[in-house]
Amino acid sequence: MKRRLFLLVTLFIVAAFTVPVMTAAAQAPTTITIAVVNNPDQRKLLELSDQFQAAHPDIKLSFVMLPENELRDRVTTDITTKAGSFDIVQIGTYETPFFGKNGWLASIDDLMTQYPDNVQPNYNVDDLIKGIRLGLSYDGKLYAAPFYGESSMLFYNKKMFAAAGLKMPAEPTWDQVREFARKLHHPEKKQYGIALRGLPGWGEVMAPLDTVINTWGGKWFDMNWQPQLTSPEFEAAVSFYVKLLQDYGVPGAANNGFSESLTMMAQGQAAMWVDATVAAGFLEDPKQSKVVGNVGFVMAPYEKVKKGYHWLWSWAYAIPTTSQHQAAALQFLTWCTSKDYIDLVGKTYGWATVPPGTRVSTYKNPLYIKAAKAFADITLKSIETADPTDATRDQVPYTGVQFVGIPEFQGFGTDVSKQISAAIAGTKTVEDALATSQDIVTQAMKDAGYLK
Amino acid sequence: MLRPAIIYLIVLTQAPVILTLYYSTTNWNFLRPDRKVRFIGVQNYIDFFTAYDTGRIMLNTLIFSVAVVALSLVFGMCLALLLSREFRGRNFARTLMITPFLIMPTVSAVMWKNMLFNPAFGLISSTLAALGGPRIDWMNQHALASVIVIVTWEWTPFMMLILLSGLQSLQKEHLEAAQIDGAGPVATFRSVILPHLSRYIEIGVLLETLFVLNIFGEIYTTTTGGPANYTTTLTFNIYLEAFKRWNVGRASAFAVIAVIFANVITLLFLRIIRRQGGTGEAA
Repeated sequence: MKRRLFLLVTLFIVAAFTVPVMTAAAQAPTTITIAVVNNPDQRKLLELSDQFQAAHPDIKLSFVMLPENELRDRVTTDITTKAGSFDIVQIGTYETPFFGKNGWLASIDDLMTQYPDNVQPNYNVDDLIKGIRLGLSYDGKLYAAPFYGESSMLFYNKKMFAAAGLKMPAEPTWDQVREFARKLHHPEKKQYGIALRGLPGWGEVMAPLDTVINTWGGKWFDMNWQPQLTSPEFEAAVSFYVKLLQDYGVPGAANNGFSESLTMMAQGQAAMWVDATVAAGFLEDPKQSKVVGNVGFVMAPYEKVKKGYHWLWSWAYAIPTTSQHQAAALQFLTWCTSKDYIDLVGKTYGWATVPPGTRVSTYKNPLYIKAAKAFADITLKSIETADPTDATRDQVPYTGVQFVGIPEFQGFGTDVSKQISAAIAGTKTVEDALATSQDIVTQAMKDAGYLK
Repeated sequence: MLRPAIIYLIVLTQAPVILTLYYSTTNWNFLRPDRKVRFIGVQNYIDFFTAYDTGRIMLNTLIFSVAVVALSLVFGMCLALLLSREFRGRNFARTLMITPFLIMPTVSAVMWKNMLFNPAFGLISSTLAALGGPRIDWMNQHALASVIVIVTWEWTPFMMLILLSGLQSLQKEHLEAAQIDGAGPVATFRSVILPHLSRYIEIGVLLETLFVLNIFGEIYTTTTGGPANYTTTLTFNIYLEAFKRWNVGRASAFAVIAVIFANVITLLFLRIIRRQGGTGEAA
């Protein structure tokens, strides 16, 4: 009995290893491995990729789908150690320039010249929105093709505003937003003044907070890379943000990221929310939102300086130099970032849900404008006016609106974000949190050789 | 036959250790290929002891592991004593009690974080609020305690299982003899059961300490070491150093320190228990 079981198990194992090999040998298509973020847009891509496979039987797609933080860990480890597990990786505006600079990514421009037959017809690079394209370039060359682009804006619940007799201006200031939040904050009715990110992570709480710091006139570094986290502007901005969340924020704000805030807004529990423009599509999607048609969209709030008060971000696809199948990878990459793909999503899932913010043509498409008329203009305007090279009052040695475009930022940005979270949770004062943050950043900059 | 196997084993287990030791003496940072990897001696180790947060991290690690092991020992003991008695449905009850240990760490962490601890719609807060109490943001205001509760919940069954097997090997005659001598339940427990279990407690505490020192998933999914660094343990700090700051050299040094720390804490634990076991037997 035991021996028979053993035999069976052995047979099974042998079969498990040989069968895929045999089928692979029979057709021998090129398999490309793609690392993507687990989010609604990418899940649509996964479903629609069948159509790509039907058109290109010689290419087999293998997706590795991971949550954002894990994806960053995996991709960065893989690329920096030149392990070469992936043929296409999803990265953002933050990583692309220095990945390109370090020679870890193949230039999309060069690949398109090298393999013209593997480019999706009518790809048209010039159709890409200029700011997004610049954000994904290094030294004038494109290193990643944008899948979607976003800025930040303010969402508000029109019903709550009407009930309280309030009117949202087209370009509100943070002071006005605070006043609205005060009037609309009724925790006993499960209605909260404002939802904002408080979750630790340089891509979470730091993103909206950095836009607040910019518009208060603050900055991370002066021209000599001296950290400026305890400067009056920086401190005033952080105090404002923390106090706003503590006074009129949703409960548990220090643990809320994009998804949690989206839920609060979509459930009709938050009166206002400042976050990624891409959320507009989700808030107008009846499948996941209870406030469809009730949401107002305006520019992100500013305060003292009208610079860097809304961010610029893009998720994009890049091909590592270690990839053995760059031509096949280019074929897929130019398919999923093309106008044709946007049309395909529009036809399959509805025009309001197409990946926004990448191509000018999307915003000229009458079908899209009709479906997304409430927020299409404001999204495009926000993206077009966000300038990563000029986001602060004073001159700074770095680029980026809601991040500092140097490799060390992931490390100290994460550490600082935790200090801020502690301040939001009330377990630390803002002064303490920023004093510690200043030490953290100073040490990190010394380690990295920016400071002596 | 044996020699190649042993060589294979040595290479497989010792090569990573040696490489870690080597890396711990370099300044290798993944994100800085422009800076050549070079030998910097014990600088990474010095950095560990001079870093602003080292004290806090060591304290967190100590509080966390001692609290989890102590609490799960107490709860595990209570459950083991209950479950070693004869009653209907005992096997079913045992299976239920073991379940927390079988659930994947990330799953139970997410469950606790969202379904129980969440201040807006978590069960604990809702119950408290219904009774007129405050809505407490557990994961932020009492972060370390919350993580300790989660991990204790997971590891109590482990302790219970080990103690239960110990109780099962206890001769019935001993208990009867104690009863005849007129010992009450407390005296029986202290003079008969506890001395008999001392070996099992030793093993349970030792194994659990080693596992708990390496806890990562629960912290990663609930607090990611925050707020500030209130839940950053030695193990979690290695992850932060390696995958957030991408400083492989320093992360390796931290790993070496963590191994030394684990050995020290285990020895300490064992010594304390041996001493207690000794007095128990003498009495």
